[in-house]
Amino acid sequence: MTAIRSGLQQIRRYPSALVGLGIIVALIVLAIVAVIILPYEEAIRLWRGGEEVWQESPRYARPAWINLVSAKKLPETIVVSTRPLSPAPLQVRRVSGHATKSRSDKTVTILLEFDYVYDDFPSEITLFLTAHYAELLPYAVLRWRTPDGREISLGERKLAASERYSISQDTRLERRLGNRPPEIGLFLPPQGTTPLKGRYALQIVGTLFEENSDIDAKLVVHGKVYGLAGTDHKRRDLTVALLWGAPVALAFGFIVAVGTSLTTLIIAAIGAWYGRWVDALIQRITEVNIILPYLPILIIIGTFYSRSIWVMMIAITLLSIFTAGIKVYRAIFLQIKESPYIEAARAYGASNLRLIVRYMVPRIIPVLVPGFVTLIPGLVFLEASLGLLGLGDPVLPTWGKILNDAQSNGALYKGYYYWVLSPSALLMLTALGFALLGFALDRIFNPRLREL
Amino acid sequence: MIETIRRVFTYTVYRVVALAITVVIGVYLAILIANMGGYVDEIRKAQINEAVGAQVLADRSLQGLPPSELRRIIDQRKELEYKRLGLDKPFMVRSFNYLWDALSLNLGRAEHLSSDSGSRQVRLILLERLPATLLLFGTANLFLFFFSLFAGLWLSRRYGSFLDKLVIALTPTSVAPAWFYGIFLILIFASLLKLLPFGGMVDAPPPKDKLQYALSVLKHMILPTLSWWLSSIFLAIYSRRTFFLIFASEDYVEMARAKGLPSGIIERRYILRPTLPTIITQFAFLLIGLWGGAILTETIFNWPGIGRLTFQAIGLYDTPVIIASTVIYAYLLALTVFLLDIIYALVDPRVKVGAEGGTV
Repeated sequence: MTAIRSGLQQIRRYPSALVGLGIIVALIVLAIVAVIILPYEEAIRLWRGGEEVWQESPRYARPAWINLVSAKKLPETIVVSTRPLSPAPLQVRRVSGHATKSRSDKTVTILLEFDYVYDDFPSEITLFLTAHYAELLPYAVLRWRTPDGREISLGERKLAASERYSISQDTRLERRLGNRPPEIGLFLPPQGTTPLKGRYALQIVGTLFEENSDIDAKLVVHGKVYGLAGTDHKRRDLTVALLWGAPVALAFGFIVAVGTSLTTLIIAAIGAWYGRWVDALIQRITEVNIILPYLPILIIIGTFYSRSIWVMMIAITLLSIFTAGIKVYRAIFLQIKESPYIEAARAYGASNLRLIVRYMVPRIIPVLVPGFVTLIPGLVFLEASLGLLGLGDPVLPTWGKILNDAQSNGALYKGYYYWVLSPSALLMLTALGFALLGFALDRIFNPRLREL
Repeated sequence: MIETIRRVFTYTVYRVVALAITVVIGVYLAILIANMGGYVDEIRKAQINEAVGAQVLADRSLQGLPPSELRRIIDQRKELEYKRLGLDKPFMVRSFNYLWDALSLNLGRAEHLSSDSGSRQVRLILLERLPATLLLFGTANLFLFFFSLFAGLWLSRRYGSFLDKLVIALTPTSVAPAWFYGIFLILIFASLLKLLPFGGMVDAPPPKDKLQYALSVLKHMILPTLSWWLSSIFLAIYSRRTFFLIFASEDYVEMARAKGLPSGIIERRYILRPTLPTIITQFAFLLIGLWGGAILTETIFNWPGIGRLTFQAIGLYDTPVIIASTVIYAYLLALTVFLLDIIYALVDPRVKVGAEGGTV
């Protein structure tokens, strides 16, 4: 145990180890924060949720902080609704406009107003209409009013119980706007190429044919920035997966590293202790294992059998036990077994427990601890690699899966760099933290390296 | 003398038998895994059932027959197809057939994949992809190996210098795999600067002119090679440097220095020579490591090599291709290990082949 204590004291002499340790502590804090503010069920609900969960967020939006550093202000998402809004997932800021609803006899007039102050056009405009009626469907006339007082008709329609009018995909409107996509055409001044700033309004005049009939409306002007990390092709806030990737990556690396190191240690000890055919068998298994292709087998398991993170963890552990590491441990155990001081300890009547705890284990620590820490970065990247190949856990949001989504949606072609950069940065940070620490530990516990 | 020859002979036989057993077990395990213990056959049977059913129902000459008759025809054809593919025998029996075919390098036909020339022969499919993998990773790895070897040697002489410290400081960057750097290189050089292609091996359409073609391939090789380099160069130099330093601190080297031998001779005779077996081993494993390519790097860069082929094969449940790739690797590995044993005996007089504990 003194070996560990003196080792820990020496860490202070290595700035790189302190940096590594700092990164690891920060990541652990991030992981705990993630689990607290976004409990497992909630994270899964958000990540697996479709349009119902994410209808008020834009697709392919950049992180919102981009507006702080760029001169051109990109639009945020504006939501105007006649009903009270439920908060956005993760409490992301949305701009809300001003909605008024007046009713006289059989006519409802809804005015959805909002201020547009951005330098770029929105990415999408969608109108959600809900109607209450017994038998006769209400009828609505929609008009768009620009800040300079122009009025553009958005058509008339019968309203079913729940209607979704995707204004930006209305091709007839597009033709009337001079073949410009509506999300551009509706915001463009008669002359000029940038959006007109000021107060826009959508007016809905509804005709009701029943006494208890009513209509409500929600206008979503999807922006081009969203939240801390932006959104993906399914409108999901990437913060969910970035946050939850931390506990997943840490747990994955840690559990597999512990499992592999301990099992390898025990098997090497058994082989060294019993020798003869047990030892020979372990050696042969190691040779067979080297022939088996490591990554292809994991891909086979992921494709044919199960992508569950637990199955992958067990498979990786099993494939990693009988590798070169077992030979290193075996060599040390053989050396220890023959050491005179073990014989001496036996001679004075030391118990087996004392032999193992006081004399054998301390000799293994110098190899075990750095080896264990340096295993983790590779495992974190292995999990990401499997995610990148589309073999990530089907349920959990992870960094590798963000990269896979980005890759299969051509993020690099289309210039959605935030989509690739944020998970990559977290991956690199995690791996680097453990690598820096492991590298320093290696030098602390292996004095032969320290001098070099 | 006769005693020595006898010993070498027994040892060789023992090694060959041990390696052969290892290969057989390894390949058999790979067959079991790649077939998921027979589960893949169920998928294959389901595919046959569907195809036969559709074929019979679409057959005009059979239209108008009563449903019971159609069912009989379908069952008959299914059985025939099972028999043709050997699916009527239990998996355990067939797994040994597969093993024999694999070991005798009778690679057979692929289930779904075909080579660009249209052949279903696994041998041809692999041969078509091999040059791409060898070209990319052969070049990258050979350069990497010799560059890190000489850089490591050079740094070991300048131990403690600024460059030495820089390499040590940069070593942790090697934790990231090549595909990770690949993403960044694509982002910078393909997407932002638009200087180099995103991936692939040659421009589309491929240039007619031979020189133009070579230049185009070269251009496509830059980013994958660079990413491969970035992910391993610093660790490679660092480990070589440390390796040489450990040997340079041996007593006999101190002795040679004290004798006043020129440093060139010390390096060649007392440092490089004892490290030769290790360097040869690393080089041999580098060469056989080329087989199989790199699944992720090839996937990221759309490089048509064996790695991506393996990935495609797994995605299509194309077990013959997976097994073929595994068995070739197993043979290469066993052959290399065997040859290395002999090479050790040749270059290192300390190794006595066949003596107790002389195995590596």
